[in-house]
Amino acid sequence: MTSSATVVPTAEKGTSLGADAWRRLKRNRVALAGGIALVLIVTACFVLPVLLGMDPETTDPTRKNLPPSLQHFFGTDTLGRDYLARVLVGGQTSLLVGLAATAAVVIVGVLYGAVAGYYGGRVDEILMRFVDFLYGIPYMFLVILVMLMFSDTERGNPIPVFFALGLVQWLAMARIVRGQVLTLREREFVLAARVTGAGDMRIIVRHILPNVLGIVVIYATLTVPAVIILESFLSFLGLGVKLSWGQLVAEGVSVVNPIDSYWWLLFWPSVLLALTLFSLNFLGDGLRDALDPRTRR
Amino acid sequence: MSATETARPTKGPDTSRVVLSVRDLKKWFPIRKGLFSRVVGHVKAVDGVSFDIHAGETLGLVGESGCGKTTVGRTILRLNDPVTAGIAEFHGQDVFELQGGDLRALRRRMQIIFQDPYSSLNPRMTVESIVGEALTVHGMVANKKERRERVQDLLEKCGLDPIRHITRYPHEFSGGQRQRIGIARAIALEPELIVCDEPVSALDVSIQAQVINLLQRLQEEMGIAYLFIAHGLAVVEHISHRVAVMYLGRIAEIADTETLYANPVHPYTQALLSAIPSPDPDAPLNPHPLEGEVPTPINPPAGCRFHPRCRFAEDRCKSNTTPIPIYEVGPGHRVACILGENVDGAKRVGELVHGDDETSAS
Ligand SMILES: Nc1ncnc2c1ncn2[C@@H]1O[C@H](COP(=O)(O)OP(=O)(O)OP(=O)(O)O)[C@@H](O)[C@H]1O
Ligand code: SF4
Ligand SMILES: [Mg+2]
Repeated sequence: MTSSATVVPTAEKGTSLGADAWRRLKRNRVALAGGIALVLIVTACFVLPVLLGMDPETTDPTRKNLPPSLQHFFGTDTLGRDYLARVLVGGQTSLLVGLAATAAVVIVGVLYGAVAGYYGGRVDEILMRFVDFLYGIPYMFLVILVMLMFSDTERGNPIPVFFALGLVQWLAMARIVRGQVLTLREREFVLAARVTGAGDMRIIVRHILPNVLGIVVIYATLTVPAVIILESFLSFLGLGVKLSWGQLVAEGVSVVNPIDSYWWLLFWPSVLLALTLFSLNFLGDGLRDALDPRTRR
Repeated sequence: MSATETARPTKGPDTSRVVLSVRDLKKWFPIRKGLFSRVVGHVKAVDGVSFDIHAGETLGLVGESGCGKTTVGRTILRLNDPVTAGIAEFHGQDVFELQGGDLRALRRRMQIIFQDPYSSLNPRMTVESIVGEALTVHGMVANKKERRERVQDLLEKCGLDPIRHITRYPHEFSGGQRQRIGIARAIALEPELIVCDEPVSALDVSIQAQVINLLQRLQEEMGIAYLFIAHGLAVVEHISHRVAVMYLGRIAEIADTETLYANPVHPYTQALLSAIPSPDPDAPLNPHPLEGEVPTPINPPAGCRFHPRCRFAEDRCKSNTTPIPIYEVGPGHRVACILGENVDGAKRVGELVHGDDETSAS
């Protein structure tokens, strides 16, 4: 069908979508680079501080606002805390919030959207009206409302933030999935499966979900950064977690002035944030392509 | 079985055994509007259709786009639940009454082949999973190895390469090959009836004949009956034992193939026949081409639904006060048209009921 004569690559072996996808992903250099970068960032944030006994909290008035040096690779902040430690530990929160909220968004959004789209009719109408209703509320208002339900001390840890951000993000996911499922449901290969006697469960799992996976992956990789940025905004309002990239960026911005440029305070968290977002995007694109057998790789 | 590669099945249909018997089938799709999804009208896609299909027989179902052919096929297969009215007896059992396990059992015996070879195969499944799914669903294979062997048999039967093709994905195939995969899927459960919904309309002319031949060969080998849908009479002549001509949700004329093509009685059948391009370049141009569009099935014309386009239309064709008669003008040859009365030996066997469509919520 295609180019070379020895095209029969996976023939006799017997392949599953998962194995095929993995094979295609491995050949996609950009996606692979994104994946590796992510692994490095995650490892650095979660392993290094423990391994090296880093301390992001101890202040030292004699070592305020030091630029990056061999002693403090990322410099120190306005209270004399080691900035590398702060950036890495802050990354823990950001990544945790981003990934956990996205996982929740994917699970809830996909299930909700799939049920609405697949069963259609009344069920769909009721489920989607509820989504419309939540959509109608300005999401920042919703997030802040949820945050205020928790006490000050609770607000310091990532759970409430994750909860609040997941709450607004799943709506879009549910809508996207529902729209896709609604059209897939009428596709002829789904009808063929029904004529064959396949049950709802089998149709959803084998025929519908694999065909929405691509768009779910893309949307999920967009959700992680969206959540991380939303979290930064909450930090900005003083509602976020104590230490996160968003918080650090906010602090970094506040000390930028024309006389003393403490550029590193803004630079490091921004770079790591950006690096994470790009890696996620590349990996997401690659995943989507890998999940589609039509991609030639 | 020599020299019949392209001719009609040698064994032919077993007319003593009716596989499917459809009576007064109606499928109206509700049109909903507004906040509370109020039903404001109906698309009367199928509005009183009756026919029988015998074992090993091909019944062609022909009509212009939108006349309800697909809806007939899908409603019978329970893809358009709930049915509006009528029955469809499969070996004497009304398919619309089946639930749960009984319905699943029926699924093994009735299958479908679609028109579009692209949207009819799941792009994320290999040929093996596509063709073998039915075997798994019905527990007809003990393990993967057995399933693979069965799928390879099926591929071979349908003219595909059992080794090289089995692990491929649909996008790697041409339209004709994809249609063969769809056929392999349909015959996997050895059904007695397959609804073929324009199975060759989307294919190149050169490929069409191959696919039709394949269907005919499978019919000979397995004794499958086909409801073969097409929108022109040219395609079905070759493959059908009998042909039903449909217009706006109703059957206009039904007869065995020779009779229908030689002695069409309904003006619509005549019009469709004269639309077939003649192989003879000196043949006169079609003197009475079909004019105008098919009216909407939401508000079909009163009386005979064909009357706005019929050059024989009389006053009695145009209102609901006089029902349109159905004549049997020969053995198994029925026509729903007043002109039936002019045929020697015509028997009036019924009439099209106008009844409820005008009292509906429209
Ligand atoms: N699910 C549906 N909901 C509402 N209307 C429908 C539905 N399916 C079909 N229809 C309408 O019913 C009528 C008959 O459609 P159908 O697809 O059965 O025609 P067809 O004879 O198969 O035409 P074609 O040659 O174009 O395939 C059309 O007017 C169509 O718009
Ligand atoms: S019943 Fe009347 S309008 Fe209808 S096809 Fe016959 S002659 Fe024409
Ligand atoms: Mg159709």
